[in-house]
Amino acid sequence: MIDSIIQWIQSAVAFGTVIMFGCCGEILTEKSGNLNLGIPGAMYMGGIASLAGAFFYENACLTAGSTPNAILCILIPFLCAFAGGALGGLIFSFLTTTLRANQNVTGLTLTIFGAGLANFFGGSLNKLAGGVGQISISNTSETYRTTVPFVKSTGFFGEIFLSYGFLVYLAIAIAVILSIFLKRTKAGLNLRAVGENPATADAAGINVSKYKYLSTCIGCGIAGLGGLYYVVDYTKGTWNNAGTIETLGWLAVALVIFTTWKPLNAIWGSYLFGFLYWLYLYIGLFGVETTRSTISLIQMLPYLATMLVLILTSIRKKKENQPPESLGLPYFREER
Amino acid sequence: MEQSSAIRLENVTKTFGSVVANKDICLDIRYGEILSLLGENGSGKTTLMNMLSGIYFPDSGTIYANGEEVSIRSPKDAYDLNIGMIHQHFKLVDLFTAAENILLGTHKGKKDNLQTVVTRIREICDEYGFEVDPYQKVYNMSVSQKQTLEIIKVLYHGAEILILDEPTAVLTLQETRRLFHVLRNMKAAGKAIVIITHKLNEVLEISDRVSILRRGEYIDTVETKDATELSLTEMMVGKKVSLDIARPETEKKLPLLELRNLTIKNDEGNLAIKDVNFYIRGGEILGVAGIAGCGQKELCETIAGLRKPERGMMIHQGEDISTMSPKEILNKGISMSFIPEDRLGMGLAPSLSITDNMILKTYSEGHSPFVNRKKGRSEAEAVIQNLGVVTPSTETPVRRLSGGNVQKVLLGREIKSGPNVIITAYPVRGLDINSSYLIYDILNQQKLNGVGVLFIGEDLDVMLSLCDKIMVLCHGEVMGIVNAANTTKEELGLMMTGAINLTKERTTETKKPGIAPDSYIEEGDK
Repeated sequence: MIDSIIQWIQSAVAFGTVIMFGCCGEILTEKSGNLNLGIPGAMYMGGIASLAGAFFYENACLTAGSTPNAILCILIPFLCAFAGGALGGLIFSFLTTTLRANQNVTGLTLTIFGAGLANFFGGSLNKLAGGVGQISISNTSETYRTTVPFVKSTGFFGEIFLSYGFLVYLAIAIAVILSIFLKRTKAGLNLRAVGENPATADAAGINVSKYKYLSTCIGCGIAGLGGLYYVVDYTKGTWNNAGTIETLGWLAVALVIFTTWKPLNAIWGSYLFGFLYWLYLYIGLFGVETTRSTISLIQMLPYLATMLVLILTSIRKKKENQPPESLGLPYFREER
Repeated sequence: MEQSSAIRLENVTKTFGSVVANKDICLDIRYGEILSLLGENGSGKTTLMNMLSGIYFPDSGTIYANGEEVSIRSPKDAYDLNIGMIHQHFKLVDLFTAAENILLGTHKGKKDNLQTVVTRIREICDEYGFEVDPYQKVYNMSVSQKQTLEIIKVLYHGAEILILDEPTAVLTLQETRRLFHVLRNMKAAGKAIVIITHKLNEVLEISDRVSILRRGEYIDTVETKDATELSLTEMMVGKKVSLDIARPETEKKLPLLELRNLTIKNDEGNLAIKDVNFYIRGGEILGVAGIAGCGQKELCETIAGLRKPERGMMIHQGEDISTMSPKEILNKGISMSFIPEDRLGMGLAPSLSITDNMILKTYSEGHSPFVNRKKGRSEAEAVIQNLGVVTPSTETPVRRLSGGNVQKVLLGREIKSGPNVIITAYPVRGLDINSSYLIYDILNQQKLNGVGVLFIGEDLDVMLSLCDKIMVLCHGEVMGIVNAANTTKEELGLMMTGAINLTKERTTETKKPGIAPDSYIEEGDK
């Protein structure tokens, strides 16, 4: 019983971490008024970029006959993932901010593009490695999953709180830093002004395009780290075309609404989504019989929770819980 | 007098597509002086000033600041030249506090944080006698508070050249006086001030010189002391005009719309209208006076069927309409045009063309599943022709028109359906004098046709000469309904503040004010 619950917590945390990265990235993006539905695409791009980076580095080491360096094992996939995600953000920004394309269409297209790109190169990597499931980035994966050394000696506490790789804690740190950035800094204030009322921000001398570009690219880069965590930790270094990243990406977008655009809420919200998502595996603990239909029903819970938040916030009508006012709208100074 | 030039414009031209907004404008703005910019709606005043504040960039022409040629490519450039503009649509983030709004943006060499901003706001408030709470959120502020905040903002950033775009359009008389007092203080402090306004009495009161634009072209600049309301109007319009409002006599008809013991709640759930009785006859204009926000909006919405009354009856030609849907009420011939403070908010779809807006209320007529645009287009043409709407074509989106033209389109559509009751709230809000008179003429024409008009207005002088009767509201209660010919501005003013309550004085056992002697409602019906 206790073991099952610990297992449940651990898988919820792993699941939550992927979407926490996506959610924090999307909050940063949406605060600039850009509704980027390309987050799943950015996660795909970050994931495949990190996988490719790790694969080629380990292969090169293998050919040279040396052992991969732990620091490089961390750095190469990390930078690849961030850059891969940010590239998605750059495409989105260029289309919506510079060319003023419709944000919804552009975002959906980016998701399809990212999925296609990632699966294409995922297939290529599988081929290079000699077949499906043959990609080996065991060194990278292991480095990423290294925990603090004294976990074993701390019992339940360690298993629940300390048994993860550093990305889990990085996600929490990003959420906290993002919250401070938005609430306490001048740049954060300017960014929120851009998302609320770009004309006002513009009249105050803020470079609206610069803020939109930067927040979207950095936001997508953070989402790309979600892809990194998925590849090196969640699936432990393989590539499949199952489309799980896309499911996770959409949950990250839903989570943004659930958090009412507050990064701190993303921390517990993402773990809650994780608990709800895996509930079907553990519901037996409560004496509920699982059938195919109950599994499907239970997996709807994160979405139901999001709807509930939507309903509650619109009943309460509190301005602070609403999306940024200009979310999804293009800005053109001379538009009348 | 020693006045140095702050800004000089030479042959500045700006076009939007095929529309020439400004053509070869020359203008001279001086320190220590208040310049009025006068012109009809759509004559390009705002466009011109937006080129100084960096929102638009001129197609051709030269701008000099302090004698040097400058290029203002963005609002930031304008800040750097110490130009501050207070826009007609406030540039404030609703969700932020006053202090956060001022902190916004990047400014050269200033190391400010929230604390220093709050201190500086308090200093400016003391200096000019403003009252603003730095920690209040903008969405909780009244219009005049928002404007004060805008002024504090430009002062905070050290503006030497202030441009105010129709600052008095949404202010009460007292608030306007206070604003003018502040402007005079600033002038005495050597700042250059440009004020855009339609109200000629304000132009004469506040400014030193007046520059006049007409249809995007520069006409002339005159000294205010040499000008009169009539001379300015003629320069603005380009022809001789008369400034009298007619009040044609009509035959008394039966009450068209009667409201009995009407009580309405506002969005917050408080009582907006309390136990109100009044009626409108065919062929009369009933004015509604009152300080902004004392139930006018809720009253309009209730008559149009958009808001359900808490209690009371609304009788239209003997028929109870208080439970009908907006569509049914519309079909009864009751039309409403409400011009809210932001002027575009209600009644028109901004992105649709004039034609599409014309058929907005009648699209469901006819049996074909397709929209009949031909009829809408000819109606649009008729409105453009009859009301003198300035627009490139009938297919122009409404949001591209200037404020006055938007209002003409709205009123034109309401009239063409041939209503028998017209509810109109602030129909001349922000309109220039020529367009305003055109709207008064339209309303008078409707009155002569036997239509009952409920005119919710702001300008007491206008109401006194246009309306037959004036009803005064104070905190949702009727203070009295008086004959416009037998009352004075002072009496109305006292009623507006609640100092006189004629309703209370005149209520007797047998007679209650606001109930027609020839009412459709039988006694004992209530």
